[in-house]
Amino acid sequence: MARRKVAVVGAGMTKFMRRAQETGKELSWQAARMALESCEMTIDDIEAVCMGTAPDSFDGLHMKGEYLSDGAGAWGKPYMRSFVGGGTGVFAPIQGWYHVASGLFDTCLVVCEEKMSSFYPHAQAAFLTIFDHTTERALKPNLLWIFALEMNRYMQTYGISKEDIARVAVKNKRNAADHPCALLGDPHITVEDVLNSEVLAWPVNRLDVSPVSDGAVAIVLAAEHVAKRVTDKPVWIQGVGWNLDTAYWANRDLAYPRYVEYAARMAYEMAGIREPRKEIHIVEPYDPFDYKELHHLEGLLLADRGQAPQLVADGVTERDGDMPVCPSGGLLGVGNPIAAAGLMKVAEIFWQLRGEAGARQVPGQPKRGLAQAWGDLMQVGTVVILGTNP
Amino acid sequence: MNERVAIVGVGWSGYRPLTPEFSYKELMYDAALKAYSDAGVDPRSDVDSFVSVAEDFHEGTSIFDEYVPDQLGAVLKPVHTITGDGLHGLATAVMLIKTGQARIVAVEGHSKASNILTLPYVNAYAQDPILNRPLGLPSDFVAGLEMTRYLFETSTREEQCAAVVVKNRFNALQNPRAAYGADLTLDDVLEGPPVAWPLNARQRSQHADGAVVMVLADGEIAEQLSHNPIWVLAAGWCNGSASLESRDWAEAPYVHRAAHMAYRQAGIRQPALAFDFAEIDDTFAYKELQHMEALGLCRSGEAGALIEEGATEPDGHLPVNVSGGSLGMGHLLDATGLARALEAVLQLRGEAGPNQLEDPGIALVQSWRGVPTASAAVLILAN
Repeated sequence: MARRKVAVVGAGMTKFMRRAQETGKELSWQAARMALESCEMTIDDIEAVCMGTAPDSFDGLHMKGEYLSDGAGAWGKPYMRSFVGGGTGVFAPIQGWYHVASGLFDTCLVVCEEKMSSFYPHAQAAFLTIFDHTTERALKPNLLWIFALEMNRYMQTYGISKEDIARVAVKNKRNAADHPCALLGDPHITVEDVLNSEVLAWPVNRLDVSPVSDGAVAIVLAAEHVAKRVTDKPVWIQGVGWNLDTAYWANRDLAYPRYVEYAARMAYEMAGIREPRKEIHIVEPYDPFDYKELHHLEGLLLADRGQAPQLVADGVTERDGDMPVCPSGGLLGVGNPIAAAGLMKVAEIFWQLRGEAGARQVPGQPKRGLAQAWGDLMQVGTVVILGTNP
Repeated sequence: MNERVAIVGVGWSGYRPLTPEFSYKELMYDAALKAYSDAGVDPRSDVDSFVSVAEDFHEGTSIFDEYVPDQLGAVLKPVHTITGDGLHGLATAVMLIKTGQARIVAVEGHSKASNILTLPYVNAYAQDPILNRPLGLPSDFVAGLEMTRYLFETSTREEQCAAVVVKNRFNALQNPRAAYGADLTLDDVLEGPPVAWPLNARQRSQHADGAVVMVLADGEIAEQLSHNPIWVLAAGWCNGSASLESRDWAEAPYVHRAAHMAYRQAGIRQPALAFDFAEIDDTFAYKELQHMEALGLCRSGEAGALIEEGATEPDGHLPVNVSGGSLGMGHLLDATGLARALEAVLQLRGEAGPNQLEDPGIALVQSWRGVPTASAAVLILAN
């Protein structure tokens, strides 16, 4: 049975910022409008809408998907919100993919929105209730604390230094200086700046972490016959994968994200990729913390275990390197409005493969890129592979 | 692409007003075990993808999807959550199977409503934080407003709404899963404690705890696994106006659109004649009537007369909510639509026990996500 081909035909994003004046509905509307305008479509051309947005507790809104629906253009349309924690931003396009690939719809608008600044005093407090109510919540853990555990485990297992990891933050924040929507682009940042920033939860320093942000991103998906009518340069969804590990994260080997590997293998199989290191030209792995980019490159089978830092040190992951990683600037540089940040990575691959990434464009006419996100209790991997060939 | 999708296994736990001896995980495990054994599948090796439906605020856990995989046998498998009703979850499974990338998909929904001490206040957090929430409107008040408008526009009477309660709770007496079976008179219902005029406490469903799991498969596998697969002929869903200010209060256009999406897929032109029975959302009694009209099962303003004539009784020409509906079984939060689909599956299999209708062939199932949403889903099932 032939698989129905699905293409990305348009994308738009708002600026990522610390405190947006707009409501979540308005941010969603702005991104949706830009995505539609980018491919000269209107909301009437859209048959279904998919929404990605992370926890309701950021906004203090129950059923946040329902609240955002009209802003995202879903009035009078089939609409669903999917949710896999931090992995949502790369899951929402997968959700859009199965809407179109199922044959039920020819076009689908995928919108991801996050407004973290509503939470006072700081959005981190929204994460206090993600932990098991009996075994963990009483210890009052927060995300920085558990990711510090994971980063420490990663460093200890492979003998990786903080300098090795800080290079990722430097690369991404420098890349982000070329992104018009970026919150934390800095062309002059150095490894020393990262190492000398204040310690939040050792070994995590402030500049090892992506910022709390507001923003929205939208993409337009279309079935093959529509995509070819809408654009000369459709970018095809070649593979999708997602995988969720146990909630009992304390029982897990924190040095290696097996769930990311399983998600990647699912996507590689669908895309017919046997040698990912040769066949993937651009990578946008999830980088809410700098060590996560390395961790994820290994989980994606794009680096040997413990060897990703060497790729960074050798310049392989620079924008003009052999395998550009986070040419957008990633979450560390562009910002991290959770779900929107994940979809930003998919949009970046879309722009890069079309040669529309402006100052961020990687050289050499890349043909295939991979975007990945991660979330929940260090638990979920979501992967989308885009390419210029169907 | 797989063209045909069927439900090959169902399992449930509950439903009861209180389940102090079970956690939500145990309810899910119980339902999942029954569904896998009913389908004859092993979740670790056979199920390709898992879908859960849940809302964080109902769970008291932020990012609730974290706690889904373990008790479903879904660790290190493709799992995702839809923050929608159970029918949205089933529609998602249908889409996943139709892509051809998944052949067997499990869908889970549950309610542990008894854990929520302040549910009306939690529900109020679903209202627009700027325009509506400062007014302090409880959900029942919004429903009362809508009921007023519906009665006014369609000349439906309060007695006709009360008849829905009498019918559904009486039907529930015969359903072993139902938590709120009762033999009431019209006066018992009409004399219920007022909540938000004209709505009273007996015309709104009460909550129950429970879990439902279903296993779906593509046509080829379904025929191997099951003697009587229940085919999903169509799935439709739609959102209306998110804001209270700009919606139509008398009708439910989102139900109408969701239904017509499904009717198109199933090739149904005359919905009033197409179905042997229907499971229709009755979160509030008037909603059953309003939804029947939006579904095109009768013309606007006719549903009240149909219930008075007994047309929607189990022995009428279009039985509605033979299961007892949400009024009789209990409202199961996000699992509500899944529970109603379960009742349709059991009827179509001929396994509905004392409530069994005579030889039904095709069923309509509809859900609504409750106040303040304008979100509905529709499923058409056949044996």
